[in-house]
Amino acid sequence: MDKITTIQGIAVPFRRSNVDTDQIIPAQFLKRVTKTGFDDALFYSWRQDPDFILNQPVYQGAKVLITGPDFGTGSSREHAVWALRDFGFQAVISPRFADIFRGNSGKQGLLTGTVEEPVVERLWAELEAQPGREATVDLVAKTVTVGDLQVPFDIDDYTRWRLLEGLDDIGLTLRDEARITEFETTRESWRPRTLPVR
Amino acid sequence: MSIAPSTAEPAVDSIPERPRTLAEKVWDAHVVAKGENGEPDLVYIDLHLVHEVTSPQAFDGLRQAGRPVRRPDLTIATEDHNTPTLAIDRPIADLTSRTQIETLRRNAEEFGIRLHSLGDVEQGIVHVVGPQLGLTMPGITVVCGDSHTSTHGAFGAMAFGIGTSEVEHVMATQTLPLKPFKTMAITVEGELRPGVTAKDIILAVIAKIGTGGGQGYVLEYRGSAIRSLSMEGRMTICNMSIEAGARAGMVAPDETTYRYLEGRPHAPQGADWDAAVEYWQTLGTDEGAVFDAEVFLDADELEPFVTWGTNPGQGVSLSDVVPGPDAYADPNDRAAAERALEYMDLEAGTPMKDIRVDAVFMGSCTNSRIEDLRAFASIIRGRKKADHVRVMVVPGSARVRIEAEAEGIDKIVEEFGAEWRFAGCSMCLGMNPDQLAPGERCASTSNRNFEGRQGKGGRTHLVSPLVAAATAIRGTLSSPWDLENAGEETR
Ligand code: SF4
Repeated sequence: MDKITTIQGIAVPFRRSNVDTDQIIPAQFLKRVTKTGFDDALFYSWRQDPDFILNQPVYQGAKVLITGPDFGTGSSREHAVWALRDFGFQAVISPRFADIFRGNSGKQGLLTGTVEEPVVERLWAELEAQPGREATVDLVAKTVTVGDLQVPFDIDDYTRWRLLEGLDDIGLTLRDEARITEFETTRESWRPRTLPVR
Repeated sequence: MSIAPSTAEPAVDSIPERPRTLAEKVWDAHVVAKGENGEPDLVYIDLHLVHEVTSPQAFDGLRQAGRPVRRPDLTIATEDHNTPTLAIDRPIADLTSRTQIETLRRNAEEFGIRLHSLGDVEQGIVHVVGPQLGLTMPGITVVCGDSHTSTHGAFGAMAFGIGTSEVEHVMATQTLPLKPFKTMAITVEGELRPGVTAKDIILAVIAKIGTGGGQGYVLEYRGSAIRSLSMEGRMTICNMSIEAGARAGMVAPDETTYRYLEGRPHAPQGADWDAAVEYWQTLGTDEGAVFDAEVFLDADELEPFVTWGTNPGQGVSLSDVVPGPDAYADPNDRAAAERALEYMDLEAGTPMKDIRVDAVFMGSCTNSRIEDLRAFASIIRGRKKADHVRVMVVPGSARVRIEAEAEGIDKIVEEFGAEWRFAGCSMCLGMNPDQLAPGERCASTSNRNFEGRQGKGGRTHLVSPLVAAATAIRGTLSSPWDLENAGEETR
């Protein structure tokens, strides 16, 4: 996982609330056997509509999604985060996230920042005034900046630390690798081994 | 021998020896790093079982991050959920199934994982394969991306299901960060009557504590009725711990456990065996150890048990009637019962024994080991199935199938008019072509009677192998008790 300090890129004013994970990625894509390549699946049903915001050329390559409250509700599928990430999003700003979605995001390196609802309105207004504008999400200062508008966002300290350090769950555990190796030296010889095949 | 957990930090001196439960002992022996301030412990995993459905993304994650599988020698894979049970030498027709299986084969090759593929003698349901190879043993930790990993607790192992990201985590680190579970003792005293089995015990336990009753707990099954069960019976019970909401179920190891294990391909040998048994004998829950919760069940009074609804807690004795929603005080339970009755197309007050079935499924990781097949065969031997019933017998592994054939069980099954299939999960979840048609009703030895589990619109009654056999003969839900006083076909 890459370390994140600031994310700068096109921001999408996504005027929707209660976006559940079925909308983010429908169940039909869960049969796949990879963890990447879900960019085409993101918001699959909505993208069938040519007018859908993410179909507009000005938002191609967007990195920041600014959305209404209760983003990521519903089924716990991690695919929702993979799809957002594969599409190119590195940060989602919303007044409220579903817990599991937020947890999954932190583990996969997708920044989720919360701001008050009126603040989202102001960000939307700023972005819609000039579609295709960039936003800067500063994880060190915990701010979102669009043009002259700069607002603070919230993120819990632990998740922020992990993102700043670029640590996924496995990376975190592997900081203890010496202890794992040490433990393995004491593992009794009667304990199971699958190899060599007997 | 010493069994001190090897935490890197020296233990705080002079903590008096506190009586511990079986679960606590196994846990303590696997803590690599103790979590502080409510952080989880880092727990070492002795055995990682892998199958085709929950592993592809885990392997893909490793690939992306450039990580190897840390301990291929503690990892083993088999194909089970998607595999066909007929014509196994032909390419798998369903594209998703085929892709998952081919992906597992490629991944196993790339990461150096031992895989038992369709056609291999050790191929089969992952929870049948581990014990049959002697890999599942007392005092170890076992995980698998499958909730019924609880099965392996029958040996006195700490065994539980994990999600796909945890599968990746174990592959990369051979550990998991985990918060300790609470413990619940389920004591079953007394003697089972002939015709009453482990399956009836666990169905009765779940009906008693509910599908959420075990949430957050490791269940330890104890008492004389549990001690007198075979390993197969104990596996059936631990398997369904998850249906009571528990993460794991355990039985303390004893002579029955050692007898089952000794001489299996991967069981310890020679001096290792002696050292292991010496340690295993120390694992039982200490006198005076405290459980967080306790449940008691009387085995003497148990009858063959069967579910009527759409969760495993909705069960009654076979001699009983379909309960009405009014039998439930809790409004949520009442509403659930109403919905279940409607889905199952049953009317309150109907004797369970009057319920006519279209199919009987004998299989799944709950009841597909050799002893289960023997029990089933002992009832159907020399008889014919009821005309209107389709009966499918699916051994849990290729080896079980071979053993059964050596005993002539395949012949008994075929002469009975039932289908003798190749090994796999099969109609337990219908990911392969073995499915119920909409509206069909099935007596099934599996573990889940959820809506649509065995096929869209299918209706499932969970039963023991003995009840499955008697039901296949009579065509209505029945136990062997109904056969004895009756003629072959009718009452
Ligand atoms: S037999 Fe059924 S419950 Fe067991 S592992 Fe297979 S699908 Fe799961």
